[in-house]
Amino acid sequence: MSDQKNKKTVMDKEGIERCLTRIAYEILEKNKGMENLVLVGIRTGGVFLAQRLQKKMSDIEQGKIPLGILDVTLYRDDITASKKKPCLGETKINFSLDGKIVILVDDVLFTGRTIRAAMDALIDFGRPKMIQLAVLIDRGHRELPIRADFVGKNLPSSLWEAVRVDLVEKSGVDEVVIEEGP
Amino acid sequence: MKFERKDILGIKDLSVDEINFILETAESFLEISTRTIKKVPTLRGKTVINLFYEASTRTRTSFEIAGKRLSADTINISSSTSSVVKGETLIDTARNLEAMNPDVIVIRHSAAGAPHLLASLVKQSIINAGDGAHEHPTQALLDMMTIKERKGSIDGLKVAIIGDIEHSRVARSNIYGLTKMGASVVVAGPATMLPRDIEKMGVQVHSRLEDAIAGADVIMMLRIQLERQKQNIFPSLREYAQHFCLNRHNVKLAKKDVIVMHPGPINRGVEISPDIADDPSCSVILDQVNKGVAVRMALLYLLTGGSE
Amino acid sequence: MKLLLTGARIIDPAQKIDSRLDVLLENGRIIKTGNNLARSTRSKDTEKITELIDLEGMILVPGLIDMHTHLREPGYEYKETIATGVTAAVTGGFTSIACMPNTNPINDNRATTEFIRRKAAEVALANVYPVGAISRNSEGSQLTEFWDLKEAGIVALSDDGKPVMNAGLMRRAMEYAHSLQLPIISHCEDIHLSANGVMNEGYYSTILGLNGIPAIAEEAMIARDILIAEFTKTAVHIAHVSTAGSVRLIRDAKARGLKVTAETAPHYFTLKDESLQSYDTNFKVNPPLRTERDVHAIKEGLADGTIDAIACDHAPHGRTDKEVEFEYAANGISGLETSLGLSLNLIHSKILTWPELIARMSLNPARILNLPKGTLVTGADADITVIDPLRPWTVDVQTFRSRGKNSPFNGRQMQGKVILTIVGGEIKYDGR
Repeated sequence: MSDQKNKKTVMDKEGIERCLTRIAYEILEKNKGMENLVLVGIRTGGVFLAQRLQKKMSDIEQGKIPLGILDVTLYRDDITASKKKPCLGETKINFSLDGKIVILVDDVLFTGRTIRAAMDALIDFGRPKMIQLAVLIDRGHRELPIRADFVGKNLPSSLWEAVRVDLVEKSGVDEVVIEEGP
Repeated sequence: MKFERKDILGIKDLSVDEINFILETAESFLEISTRTIKKVPTLRGKTVINLFYEASTRTRTSFEIAGKRLSADTINISSSTSSVVKGETLIDTARNLEAMNPDVIVIRHSAAGAPHLLASLVKQSIINAGDGAHEHPTQALLDMMTIKERKGSIDGLKVAIIGDIEHSRVARSNIYGLTKMGASVVVAGPATMLPRDIEKMGVQVHSRLEDAIAGADVIMMLRIQLERQKQNIFPSLREYAQHFCLNRHNVKLAKKDVIVMHPGPINRGVEISPDIADDPSCSVILDQVNKGVAVRMALLYLLTGGSE
Repeated sequence: MKLLLTGARIIDPAQKIDSRLDVLLENGRIIKTGNNLARSTRSKDTEKITELIDLEGMILVPGLIDMHTHLREPGYEYKETIATGVTAAVTGGFTSIACMPNTNPINDNRATTEFIRRKAAEVALANVYPVGAISRNSEGSQLTEFWDLKEAGIVALSDDGKPVMNAGLMRRAMEYAHSLQLPIISHCEDIHLSANGVMNEGYYSTILGLNGIPAIAEEAMIARDILIAEFTKTAVHIAHVSTAGSVRLIRDAKARGLKVTAETAPHYFTLKDESLQSYDTNFKVNPPLRTERDVHAIKEGLADGTIDAIACDHAPHGRTDKEVEFEYAANGISGLETSLGLSLNLIHSKILTWPELIARMSLNPARILNLPKGTLVTGADADITVIDPLRPWTVDVQTFRSRGKNSPFNGRQMQGKVILTIVGGEIKYDGR
């Protein structure tokens, strides 16, 4: 269906890899190593990106950062207004967040509402020392005072455009595309 | 999958896809009950009324916990505290509740069809928490969820339901659900507890426990209500227990990995001997209770929403 | 004042008449039946005023008689009054009705019988024939004063609504009533078998989780009453027959020459227990709606004469009686205004002929109740029902003249409607 639409590839496989590598270094640099770091990916795109960041950071420094999966559906502020209920995914955070530095990972930062929901959810799991946000794409149009700490690419977009991140793990291909209109 | 029902009145009305969707949704809610802070804000500002015309501690508690873990405001009205005592009709009660604009009404009633009457009267979502001997859909859903978790799938399993089938809404809802999901269901009990034409519901009928549980993957024991003795449904608890109590000895007739279920509360030594009820290798009774909260959270989640 | 009805097809089973004739009425009686009465009447009686009604294409029959209605007054006027019930009767084409004694107080005494007759006379629409109770307060323990009740005007005895569980009492009732030529109308139900039942016992009661009333609750009592009638050499009339087994018992009894008669109601040959799946209390009646097999047997029983009469068991109720949980709801259907329409389906589906249907709705009830009615013979009371056999209409309970709007037939399409109900020579309902 989307193939028929007017779409433009704005980032390819190599571009995504380079961005993630840079973000991995930036996270380590900013936090002076891996100590106390945990990664939490937001379902579904953020989970795959978090897994890749986890691997890259293990390659750079020795050791492994814990990784959690977060489904923010139950924390969304638009949920009771929509007639159709989104499917729920499982949340899996098998470690304590108390005193941790949580790197929250998502694919696209847009209105900021997902991140707001994610932060509410994280607080329910414990009291992190700090929450930092890493995203592959920041497309602007924020509706809440939220800002990413680590950005792969700033991508100015129109409201009527859709920004889609395809990842090998889900779609069989790595690319970021802009499509016209929903 | 679109879930567009207003009410959950019975398993009879649900499609296989809908049942699977509810069970999958419920899976996601299991995790919330394991958290330190067992609460999500999803139904903040929503009101769930538990309207119980029949005493029930566990179902009402389960619905109340489900609502509270989703941040809904839950209000319990039971027949001993509300206007039911004053003789107000269900219709008037319904209209009054409707005027207070809740989002979901959970109803338990001793009269079959009472939830249907309520659903036809009010615009709010109705969940049947058990109506007479008719249906108890949330119990069947949590039973199916428990079976699915233990057995992987319901399709192809042999499930034996034992006891007072005639007066059991749990049996009816499970017969609908399990047969839809591909299980073969056998029922057994004294002939006085087997309702007329029950075989037309697609089940095999036996009058002996041993015949029914032979080779079973799942055994579901129903609660015997002591007051039925007055209706001459059975002569004595002693005689019933001698022939229909699941024990260490007869359970061997079932498959090695059989699971034993009971909707509770158990009459120990009448339906199930204590050693079976407490044996974690086969008894999943407490699992059922745990699943109950998740299933009810899933239904509250799926039914609320919708701004008109 | 004379009334001349011309051009209709006249059906009078008593005289075996089924042909196009004119009927002349005067002073509340039928004075002549024949061809071209218009010409002869005009020539001979020029000075008298004769009203002429052209009934070309219509069907004219002896006034319909419903031998089983509940008028609710005294005691339950919110459900129905004698005035509203009788208005419903003439609207449904009935010129005479027999009303059951389960009012409050129960009609087990002369005063109540006289009250009902006086009220009915004031209304002056259809003829109302009270049925007296068999036992005091219909409690099944002591006989009422049959003789006194008969003198007060009852035409039959029944504890309808309840069975006479005590077989000894029923035996005495049949013997005593027979000596007075009073028919016993038996509500056949073994209450130990029907127990707490609210619908037919079978597949649908099983899936609906409602307590069942087995067919044998009715059949066991019919068998008992047939045996008592045989032993005492008396008669019994079986009310509201609903099961295949009952039809068989009655058929066998008749074949053995016993004086057993029976009635059924339109809902027992129209509806099945599967209709209860919505828990709609308008479908709740006692005896309950049965199965396909029973419906079929009832139709067979009507066709072969095993079942003598169709009586609607008119049971009007208020909203508060029906708008409750199914098991708490009252039994009964408000039937007077749909009875003929539903019964005409038996003709549409070729189960009965016109003369057979009219015998079951007029002549046979008259014979069972010993009423000098049910025929158009010269000199008979001018009780006449005129039916437009082709007129389509839709049941709308809001237009019912009965206070009871409790009908499962609301919205149903019908073919064939009453257009004139004439009682004692006077038009009491005009639906032309």
